[in-house]
Amino acid sequence: MNPFSSSTRLRDMIRSIRACKTAAEERGVVRKECADIRASINENDPHDRHRNLAKLMFIHMLGYPTHFGQMECLKLIASPGFPEKRIGYLGLMLLLDERQEVLMLVTNSLKQDLNHTNQYVVGLALCALGNICSAEMARDLAPEVERLIQFRDPNIRKKAALCSTRIVRKVPDLAENFINAASSLLKEKHHGVLITGVQLCYELCTINDEALEFFRKKCTEGLIKTLRDITNSAYQPEYDVAGITDPFLHIRLLKLLRVLGHGDADASDLMTDILAQVATKTESNKNAGNAVLYECVETIMAIEDTSSLRVLAINILGRFLSNRDNNIRYVALNMLMKAIAFDDQAVQRHRVTILECVKDPDASIRKRALELVSLLVNENNVKQLTKELTDYLEISDEDFKEDLSAKICSIVEKFSPEKIWYIDQMLKVLSEAGKFVKDDVWHALIVVISNASELHGYTVRALYKAVLTYSEQETLVRVAIWCIGEYGDLLVNNVGMLGIEDPITVTECDAVDVVEDAITRHNSDMTTKAMALVALLKLSSRFPSISERIKDVILKQKGSLLLEMQQRAIEFNSIVERHKNIRWSSLVERMPVLDEATFNVRRAGSLPASVSTMAKPSVSIPNGVSAAPLVDLLDLGSDDILAAPSSSSGADFLQDLLGVDLGSSSAQSGATPAPKAGTDLLLDILSIGTPSPAQNSTSAIDLLSTADMNNNSSTALDTLSSSAPPHIATTASAGGMFDLLDGLSPSPSKEATNGPAYPPIVAYESSSLKIEFTFSKPSGNPQTTNVEATFINISPNTFTDFVFQAAVPKFLQLHLDPASSNTLPANGGKVTQNLRVTNSQHGKKSLVMRMRIGYKVNGKDVLEEGQINNFPRGL
Amino acid sequence: MDRLMSLCVPSLNLRMHRSLIDSLEIQSCYLLSEHSCLASGFGSIHFVLLVSRQGKVRLTKWYSPYTQKERSKVIRELSGVILNRGPKLCNFVEWRGYKVVYKRYASLYFCMCIDAEDNELEVLEIIHHYVEILDRYFGSVCELDLIFNFHKAYYILDELLIAGEIQESSKKTVARIISAQDEMVEAAKEEAGSISYIIAQAS
Repeated sequence: MNPFSSSTRLRDMIRSIRACKTAAEERGVVRKECADIRASINENDPHDRHRNLAKLMFIHMLGYPTHFGQMECLKLIASPGFPEKRIGYLGLMLLLDERQEVLMLVTNSLKQDLNHTNQYVVGLALCALGNICSAEMARDLAPEVERLIQFRDPNIRKKAALCSTRIVRKVPDLAENFINAASSLLKEKHHGVLITGVQLCYELCTINDEALEFFRKKCTEGLIKTLRDITNSAYQPEYDVAGITDPFLHIRLLKLLRVLGHGDADASDLMTDILAQVATKTESNKNAGNAVLYECVETIMAIEDTSSLRVLAINILGRFLSNRDNNIRYVALNMLMKAIAFDDQAVQRHRVTILECVKDPDASIRKRALELVSLLVNENNVKQLTKELTDYLEISDEDFKEDLSAKICSIVEKFSPEKIWYIDQMLKVLSEAGKFVKDDVWHALIVVISNASELHGYTVRALYKAVLTYSEQETLVRVAIWCIGEYGDLLVNNVGMLGIEDPITVTECDAVDVVEDAITRHNSDMTTKAMALVALLKLSSRFPSISERIKDVILKQKGSLLLEMQQRAIEFNSIVERHKNIRWSSLVERMPVLDEATFNVRRAGSLPASVSTMAKPSVSIPNGVSAAPLVDLLDLGSDDILAAPSSSSGADFLQDLLGVDLGSSSAQSGATPAPKAGTDLLLDILSIGTPSPAQNSTSAIDLLSTADMNNNSSTALDTLSSSAPPHIATTASAGGMFDLLDGLSPSPSKEATNGPAYPPIVAYESSSLKIEFTFSKPSGNPQTTNVEATFINISPNTFTDFVFQAAVPKFLQLHLDPASSNTLPANGGKVTQNLRVTNSQHGKKSLVMRMRIGYKVNGKDVLEEGQINNFPRGL
Repeated sequence: MDRLMSLCVPSLNLRMHRSLIDSLEIQSCYLLSEHSCLASGFGSIHFVLLVSRQGKVRLTKWYSPYTQKERSKVIRELSGVILNRGPKLCNFVEWRGYKVVYKRYASLYFCMCIDAEDNELEVLEIIHHYVEILDRYFGSVCELDLIFNFHKAYYILDELLIAGEIQESSKKTVARIISAQDEMVEAAKEEAGSISYIIAQAS
């Protein structure tokens, strides 16, 4: 039988697989075929290899494992005939990827084939190498490929050029070797070679500055001429696409000109004319023409300022935006985002059209448009834009609400001109898309509400009305019950009515109904239910007349299967039962005003490492009180801060509840000024018996706001419990606690004077960036070093999205505080960041650090890396 | 089986072309930002995917490294997104920080994944370029041609793209190189056929 007539058998297999009615049947056929192929592989008959591999490729496409065929590819590649090699290379590219070690085995065959006398075999090898080569293969075979760029046949030259692009992507160090060969390709007339040559030059320019300089000097004019020739060329049927001669070449030339012109005024000047010509002369009624215009606009926006061209570019985008073709509109939205950077006004003119696009039936267009709108927002138009967006939120698709509501929230938070407007907008979003709103957003809302004391009544009434209609929106319910718990009295009495409000009649029962509803609703989650219980407790003091009913509601949760709920219910029940005997009203006073600044810092710092280190399993609590109720008590305790005059009564009560001897603390609280009493008290409760040196009420408020804002009770508890006995914190390695200790330490001011001084160092310096480190040691802890890093931008460009990352060996522990900013202004702009390094081998090993810095210059990512070895000894 | 381009010589039948193209859709994807950082500056096609309307894979070509597991995941996710997009929508889908440009020809979706900042419109042209070459090679290509001669579709793609970059803008040149190689295979077949014939005769 003819060994190459295997296609009949392949055909048969494909037919029988296609004839399968069910997936199970198909699996059966494939299993049988695979078994046959394995058997055939074991027989090692070279005649069948060709056919086996073809079948395996088909099976592979269906998604079945075919790794057992990998060696067959190598054998086929190593065989002398062209047909075997052709299918062998195809199999190699399909069944393997560059991560597989088998691939290394093929390096030798590839090397031989790259030197083969038949140019089509050379072409196969180049293609395979270009598609899947790994870094090692790239290194090994780069000389061969470099030589082939000069090969006589253009088919090989173009393949070698693209293969080189992959090689330099994999191993950027090799870029220099290719610069000369690449520049010779730019003089070619053959379009294929020219396209690939331009692509290779582009690649080299993006990874190697020398190459960029070289091409900018030597090739800019030539490239402009090439572009002019092809733009003006007569009709060439071979390359014509919808009236444009070779749009692919056009696009590649424009792309290369873009990198050459970017940051270089002279080169930009040279290309002005031809860009203007392309921008005005290109036919825009077909996709091919629009693709060229797209690239041209990109280039105009990237090269150095030539404002007349930019007007042209913006006009093209305006035309794109009003195009009926969805593709073109999509592209326009995408490009306008870049155009905002240099001509905000021109983009603002299209605001109405862009807003329409947010409502497009096409999800891709909606998403782009939404991104663009959020960039268009400023103080002047925020109200109008937000209204449009929130109106649309009502009718938008469910799956779009998440994106849309997140965007609205961020816009509102960033640009809100006044609190009442902010609260109104947030309520709208929560009502329409409450279930998609992230925790930090509604937490922020509560902080704002708590700070807007004149709006408490207004807010709680608005929330009450909203929650009656939109009770299925979880986060709306949470905010509402929190507010009803806090400001329930304002709700029923219509206190603090604003002129714009309609009076409503709400009875105490109505208010409790809402909260009860939240508890009993089956799809409320635990956070909501727990918040509802706290609200009920608070209401029981606000509404003494119906406290019996509230008690009943609380009692129902005694049987809850959730420990948290059960415990809260029982504790709260006992509080309510005994409330007549204690001076009760002060106990569930309103929350103190939450500190907005602290909250924002925490939120912006994206919960820096200090929080996560504190979340480590903590010291057990001395009196053995279990976690949950203690957190609850903290909720109560924090109220005492404002209930200054009667704070000692709270203490008595807590004392009752905990059964802990707090004698000393109440004495102390009497001695300190009233507003701090609660604070001290709280610390005392926690530090049980340790004399509290706390004079710094802000640190305590800090603690409290953690406890309040952070629903993760364990974190809060750890923060508090671990800070309580100071000696534990000192020995603990967790760096985050030193923050707390600084405040509590009896002699914090000695820090600077203690120990030897260390000279500042220049840790890193490159052409654009300088980093300086200054050192200090906290007193009493020689292992720890505080490092203040100063990053100085010594380049003429502004850095944005600046991120500093550092890594240290195992014997060191590193803690990074958030940087003072993520933007470094040009020419000497500074950012500082504090680092804390703990050296467990103090005195034996000195500090060493590896660091990586990422930032954007003109929208382009830059990465710098380095190692810092010049730390002063003895740190 | 529907012809992908209901004509043998594309230039003669532009009207049919257009009507087909009108029914096409493209999508694009965004991958996570760190991925796009890795790939940025590469500006190439990360993979090519041909999926039938029933979700059957007809061709896959990976220019960026994906493990087998990732590959099947990408195919599953993408065909879910793309096949469910209605007609008349734009031909781009944003997904995981990348864009996928897709275009439907009869029963087949041609998809190419690129970076977020790449030229989507050009990729549409590349897809169309590929389809035209297929059409010329098979003579009014249809899905069945690509099923039974899937390796040919790959060979043609390899003459069009290397390392995710376009290597040839002339359809004629691609056709010439492919047929030259096909002839070499035929010649080898004949030779082998005759030898085996001789051997068979001899024994």
